[in-house]
Amino acid sequence: MAAELGHFALILAFCLALPQAFFGLMGAHWRRPHWIALANRAVAGQWVFTLFSFACLSYVFYQNDFSVLYVAQNSNSELPTFYRFAAVWGAHEGSLLLWLLVQATWALGVAAFSGNMPQQMTSRVLGVLGLISAGFALFILMTSNPFLRLWPAAPDGRDLNPLLQDPALAIHPPMLYIGYVGFSVPFAFAVAAMLEGKLDSLWARWVRPWATVAWMFLTCGIALGSWWAYYELGWGGWWFWDPVENASFMPWLIGTALIHSLAVTEKRGLFKSWTLLLSITAFSLSLLGTFLVRSGVIESVHAFASDPGRGLFILSFLGVCVGGALGLYAWRAPLFRSNAGFAPVSRESFLLFNNMLLVGATVVILLGTTYPMFMDAFGLDKVSVGPPYFEAMFLVPMLPMVFLLAPGMHAAWKKASFESTKKILGVLLGVAVVLALAVSAGVYGWNSVMTIVGLTAAFWVAGAALVDPISRWRNGHSLPASIVGMSVAHFGLALFIIGATTVESYKEETDLSLKPGQTTEHAGFQFTMTKLEDVAGPNYQAVQSEVVITRDGEQVAVVHPQKRVYRVQKNAMTEAGIDAHWNRDLFVAMGEPLGEDAWSLRLQYKPMVRFIWLGAAVMALGGLIAICDRRYRKRVTVDEGAAAAAGAKTA
Amino acid sequence: MLKYLLPIGLFAVLVGFLYFGLGRDKETLPSPLIGKAAPVFELTRLDDPAKTFSNSELAGKAYVLNVWGSWCVGCRQEHGALLEIARRGEVPIVGLNYNDEREAALNWLEQLGNPYVVSAFDGDGRVGIDWGVYGAPETFLVGANGKVIKKHVAPITVEIWEQEFVPLLSQAKAGSP
Repeated sequence: MAAELGHFALILAFCLALPQAFFGLMGAHWRRPHWIALANRAVAGQWVFTLFSFACLSYVFYQNDFSVLYVAQNSNSELPTFYRFAAVWGAHEGSLLLWLLVQATWALGVAAFSGNMPQQMTSRVLGVLGLISAGFALFILMTSNPFLRLWPAAPDGRDLNPLLQDPALAIHPPMLYIGYVGFSVPFAFAVAAMLEGKLDSLWARWVRPWATVAWMFLTCGIALGSWWAYYELGWGGWWFWDPVENASFMPWLIGTALIHSLAVTEKRGLFKSWTLLLSITAFSLSLLGTFLVRSGVIESVHAFASDPGRGLFILSFLGVCVGGALGLYAWRAPLFRSNAGFAPVSRESFLLFNNMLLVGATVVILLGTTYPMFMDAFGLDKVSVGPPYFEAMFLVPMLPMVFLLAPGMHAAWKKASFESTKKILGVLLGVAVVLALAVSAGVYGWNSVMTIVGLTAAFWVAGAALVDPISRWRNGHSLPASIVGMSVAHFGLALFIIGATTVESYKEETDLSLKPGQTTEHAGFQFTMTKLEDVAGPNYQAVQSEVVITRDGEQVAVVHPQKRVYRVQKNAMTEAGIDAHWNRDLFVAMGEPLGEDAWSLRLQYKPMVRFIWLGAAVMALGGLIAICDRRYRKRVTVDEGAAAAAGAKTA
Repeated sequence: MLKYLLPIGLFAVLVGFLYFGLGRDKETLPSPLIGKAAPVFELTRLDDPAKTFSNSELAGKAYVLNVWGSWCVGCRQEHGALLEIARRGEVPIVGLNYNDEREAALNWLEQLGNPYVVSAFDGDGRVGIDWGVYGAPETFLVGANGKVIKKHVAPITVEIWEQEFVPLLSQAKAGSP
């Protein structure tokens, strides 16, 4: 019964998305206030029914109703309750329903927090969001219905993919989706501005918090995914340049460019058409990512069931949404030319470089990800580009970007002279070089020039990020949240670079065979296997070893790596034993049994690896602080709005 | 204004390619090789560049050909399953080390275990083209009569092995079509 109710609610949600789109767009176009009001109601209704539908699906999972095909495919009576809920989005159908719920929630958020925007703008934005919702609801109903019954019912389910039975991965997809879908809001704002033919500083001020929130969630989602891959896939890497990872990273890069470009549009009324294009691109890449993952065009470990019918639908949807928006762009963008100028050395130019380099990095990744497909299309040799391509090529735009960041943060608008900050930036750079040399030569041992370059960049950015808040605080100036947020986010980037550079330069790994009672030495630590035992989990069997780690006779940690075999799907999974410390991880993973109680073990020493995720978390925190800025909450009166618009024109 | 049309132009090209990629969906298209004679190859052995291996040496025997590479994440995922299948010993597994570097591949086997009776080194992927390989991992079952019986794209699991390959084994070993 719950499944049928959920299905019915989903149909109703679709039916409400259509009037949301129609009344939202046409109400604004023909200026009919009661139509606009109707669109707002449709948003609320759509959200209620989508939520209800989602709750129904969760309920059938909770009930272990194996007469529902999707439940039978992705759950099992032995699956712990927590994972039964996570299993809702464990595969294609349910994760799309999650997508729709997130989409509806964003629309509700726009409707609720748009008090300071003109009604027509809000109405157009909601209309565009309604169109997107309608497309996704139709997609679920036509190709990916999670409520289909299975008759006769299965006696038990096929279980959730063991890779996904992990707390970090349970919350990773919702985070990622909130980010992906969140970019639909700037997209909708961009379309609305183009329909209206008007784009001013106020518009940028409305969009900024939405873009930042989406970016924040995407940052968290990607970091969680990386953390999960690190300890769950069992071989200790933190980024694999897998197509699915790239699919989430590209919108992130463009989203980062967008929030910077929006800053220019808000402060100076410049980069208008560029900001529009980035708004469209960020969401397009989110959709493209979905297409790549779902359609089977590119094979990947993460790829869910691939189905050409679904692929065709997403591709058509992508064509309509993005093609429509870009068509509109070609027609309307010439309206938004701005004549204000800026000197070659100014914050505008630094942000322009930032944008170019971020877009360049995105192009590098897009080419690498889709290259095999292009080669295939031309009937040429199938060449796969692996991590070496990405690692080398990604640094080309990123390195200059990071080095431009420190002066960029301190450049003035219009024309920067660096008179007041030249000295402190120089000193910081000197300190950064010395620190980098000290760390690499003194702490870890000389490695390579790239290590020094990476650490120097990180220390410089970290120092430069703190200059502004500290000097404002010392001089008793006010410290707006947006400045603190920017500094925190850039500081987070520095932490990330420290982590990534150090772990890639100084990680030590070895593979060896160990029996209970034997000891081995690795990276200055002694690893002793003390026990080997069989343990049973709720839905798996495991061999677990106990490894005691000591250093100079003192016990550092005891870890319990496992090799699990899940009963239903029979895949072997590696649960690494990790001793985490702020400045290093010790990572023990079990490989294969080698007979007579001996196991192959992979031991890894990972210096500063935590800084990678810490850095990402701090970046997201910076975003959170920035959106708390007072000016986003202030109601803008018509006069003030007109003044700001005029200011942007004359400035 | 040309520069405003550029984005939609690029997008159209991308959609065109994606549509093409969709049409060539790997999993639903049956391999044209099924039921036909397996392409014969002769390559150097992965573990010893001085020696060669040809699948004609296996004439009259059923075997599995697994396409893998140390760069391929999916291969890592399926490796445990391959080790288990090799342990059962129902049929020998021949590795086709595809588009790889010899040293990286050898390290990989040393670290993760070696399920293969022999791995042939297909460094430039030429043999892969003969076999219609779209991307690693792919797994073929070849019968005693030298004909390809089954092809699986994407990582194999013990479950898939039991459900889709094992039922074909007696036919494969008998060599009847």
